[in-house]
Amino acid sequence: MTAYIVRRLLWMIPLLVGVSIITFAMLKRIPGDPVTVMLLESRSSGRVITEADRERLRKQYGLDKPAYLQYFDWLGEVLRGNLGTSIRMKQPVTEVIKQRLPNTMKLAGVSLVITLAIALPLGILSAVRQYSWLDYVLTAFNFVGISIPQFWLALMLLYLFAVEIQLLPVRGMRSPYVEPGFWNHLVDTVTHYILPVTSVTLASLAGYMRYQRAAMLEVIRQDYIRTARAKGLPEHVVILKHAWRNALIPIITLLGYVLVILVEGSIVVEAIFSWPGMGLLAVDSLQQRDYPVVMAIVMLSAVLIMIGTLLSDILYAIVDPRVRYD
Amino acid sequence: MIDRDATFERAELSTGLPRATALEELVSERPESPWRLTGRRFLRHRLAVVSAVFLLALFLVALLAPWIAPYDPNAIDLQLAQFGRPAEPSLAHPMGSDQVGRDLLSRLIYGSRVSLAVGFLATGISIMVGAALGAIAGYLGRWVDMAIMRLADLLLAFPPLLFLMGVLAGFRSPTILIISAAIGVIGWMNVARLVRGEFLTLRTREYAEAARAIGVPTWAIIFRELLPNAMGPIIVAATLSIPAAILTESTLSFLGFGIQPPTASWGNMLQNAFTYLRDYRAWWMGFYPGLMIALTVLAFNFVGDGLRDALDPRSRID
Repeated sequence: MTAYIVRRLLWMIPLLVGVSIITFAMLKRIPGDPVTVMLLESRSSGRVITEADRERLRKQYGLDKPAYLQYFDWLGEVLRGNLGTSIRMKQPVTEVIKQRLPNTMKLAGVSLVITLAIALPLGILSAVRQYSWLDYVLTAFNFVGISIPQFWLALMLLYLFAVEIQLLPVRGMRSPYVEPGFWNHLVDTVTHYILPVTSVTLASLAGYMRYQRAAMLEVIRQDYIRTARAKGLPEHVVILKHAWRNALIPIITLLGYVLVILVEGSIVVEAIFSWPGMGLLAVDSLQQRDYPVVMAIVMLSAVLIMIGTLLSDILYAIVDPRVRYD
Repeated sequence: MIDRDATFERAELSTGLPRATALEELVSERPESPWRLTGRRFLRHRLAVVSAVFLLALFLVALLAPWIAPYDPNAIDLQLAQFGRPAEPSLAHPMGSDQVGRDLLSRLIYGSRVSLAVGFLATGISIMVGAALGAIAGYLGRWVDMAIMRLADLLLAFPPLLFLMGVLAGFRSPTILIISAAIGVIGWMNVARLVRGEFLTLRTREYAEAARAIGVPTWAIIFRELLPNAMGPIIVAATLSIPAAILTESTLSFLGFGIQPPTASWGNMLQNAFTYLRDYRAWWMGFYPGLMIALTVLAFNFVGDGLRDALDPRSRID
């Protein structure tokens, strides 16, 4: 097992190099470099820019060198632990990510807890009462759930609760001005969370519920469940203790992918609610050609994805002793 | 014992012929072909049939868009949208207009072309690439298998949405084909794994052995002898990948990286609606395009589900 994990970890190195080369090449072929975007912005603020300024800036950011040299420059810095400087925010990329990542984790974390708290019991119930009206209703809900685009759901929630009945805030994590006092701050924070969290939760609910239901159905057909019933155990013990423990295996392995969902799943919701997290940062940086930030986000995501996959494979072996890796 | 009377009864009922002839018919009837059996099982799935009809209608709408759409989808009518204010739904414009007076029903009709085209093209690309690579990897094994699966690992390490945004940012105005190709390139790995798994067992079958023995070329064994036997899972994967591709395209267009305005797609209609939803309460701009995406994706999901049950009744877990 240890050898397996070490091998997987070592294999990540060439993969990460591959990801960085592909991403770098991809960003290089996007028309318009960061300096041009910067100059366009300062031009609109009335400053006069000469061609000399442009050349100077290009030199400053190393954009005048051939692409492969730029890549090696970048790689050298990254290996020394320096992710570069955001061209747009004039801050080290590490600082920018340090500010943004916790916000995404808060949104994703709260949503995940609520999602699991709803999806797992309903998934079990749906499996235990297979073909009951409840099962049909939940199955129908799941079909609708996986079909509705997340961004449309978020837009409609925003329209209903923040525009039509102005109950909840439209954007951000907190209001620009809040009356002092703990209670006021708490209310302000909670109200800002409701819509983004609801959007993420509703969008992921169906997937988990389906998964839990399928796992549970698989388990309750097993012989040891029949044995448990036959020896006269009460039904709730059979279901919750004997069956559910085994039906949790697939769910636990799914948790490895939470890291992945954390990166990807929040892009749209963050963009709609102007939630200052990684997803919004990715979209903005790409549009502004802030390449050091984009590179950092893609690399970070790739690391999270690979660790997440490895983690779920390991978890799988831990919770299910029948699984062996060599 | 066989219940003869019941058999007679059924024979009579199903053919409408007198008993003796009917029984003869039944006995002499050739076994039903797998495809007809599949068709019958599919028809039993009521929601899938309704969905298939809906999708067929949507196809006709997309195909006949120029004749069905009441207005030119890009025709600006500033009379209708006074001071840049989107016009509410009315008899003349049942779904209202946007901020420059373009008829939203017409744009919705034209937008269906983008969604359907991307859904099928992207799936076609990812399935063909995935099936071919998976089949080759599974059949040949060794270093070929190794190389293909490592390539899959590399692509799986990318966050798909970010990858697509990065690729498409490289085009000033990505076409349907470019978007589909990008979605296909980042989406073939799961099909490849599936088909590879099938081939690991298929290559050990007797008929594969026999084909090798009589000297059938390797490519013919892979693609002509063995691949048809993996068709079931491939078709199911394909039908479920269409709705996923449609959702991806609409998300990309919504974020501004997909189909660029003025060409209408459901995704970029929603992007345009965002501001007006907030500032002008123009709910109709945001409601209908999203509803169409949801209905289309739902219909494809139902059809996919029906097909899965029809093609492999054992796989019915739920």
